[in-house]
Amino acid sequence: MKSSAGLHFKTYLLIFLMVMFGPLGNVLLGKGMKRIGAVSIATPAGALDFLSGVLTSGTVWLGIGSLMIFFVANILVLSWADYSYVQPASSVAYGMSALLAHFLLREVVTPTRWIGVLLICLGVLVVGHTPPRTTEPS
Amino acid sequence: MLVFISYLLIIGAGTGGELCVSRAMKAVGEVKDFRPAALVGVMTRALRVSWMWVGLTLMGTAFFSLLAVLSRENVSLVVPVTALSYGAGALGGKFFLGEQVTPRRWAGVFLVCIGVTIVIMGRR
Repeated sequence: MKSSAGLHFKTYLLIFLMVMFGPLGNVLLGKGMKRIGAVSIATPAGALDFLSGVLTSGTVWLGIGSLMIFFVANILVLSWADYSYVQPASSVAYGMSALLAHFLLREVVTPTRWIGVLLICLGVLVVGHTPPRTTEPS
Repeated sequence: MLVFISYLLIIGAGTGGELCVSRAMKAVGEVKDFRPAALVGVMTRALRVSWMWVGLTLMGTAFFSLLAVLSRENVSLVVPVTALSYGAGALGGKFFLGEQVTPRRWAGVFLVCIGVTIVIMGRR
């Protein structure tokens, strides 16, 4: 079992990237798709309209890029860190989504939701006090 | 019954998929070089591990099951169920990946589970 400072640093860094880019990607995709609007994909013409709307939307591409960074960071951190560590630790993304919704989108975040975010942060703090890797490296 | 099977797929296939991806990445080995060319090499090696494909297939199955359930049920009912995946993830980490899930880690996972449920229920 290794718990060196370097291991902790790169684990925290990649989880930070996941927490930043996961919610950001979802928000950007959501905004991009809303701009495209409701399109019927039941007909070939509708499907083509939808596809061209998606492919020409800068916001959608930014969203896809953010989610790609999230996915790469996720699989890289799993090359050394425990899944049972990364999964709960990355749930800080729920807090990040609430902050993005509150400050960027001016959405109302209910007190109940803030309590949930607080509990997630507490849970992550508790998980963060366990070693990121408990298995032998292959 | 169909909804129950879909829930089972969302949690089981979703978490199972991530566990398989995790297993594939452990087989690839710890990434130490973060230069772009090295990262492309890591991705290529990861795609040669069969667990990666099993994982991606399961994650795809979970995604489409979620879409299927969402077409029938309210989001506020469906999504809290996905919080159970944190418990399933810790169990999978312990039994499938051989990780040491200490009581402290269980306590953290439990808090996250409750927190995620409250966050989703607290959405307007």
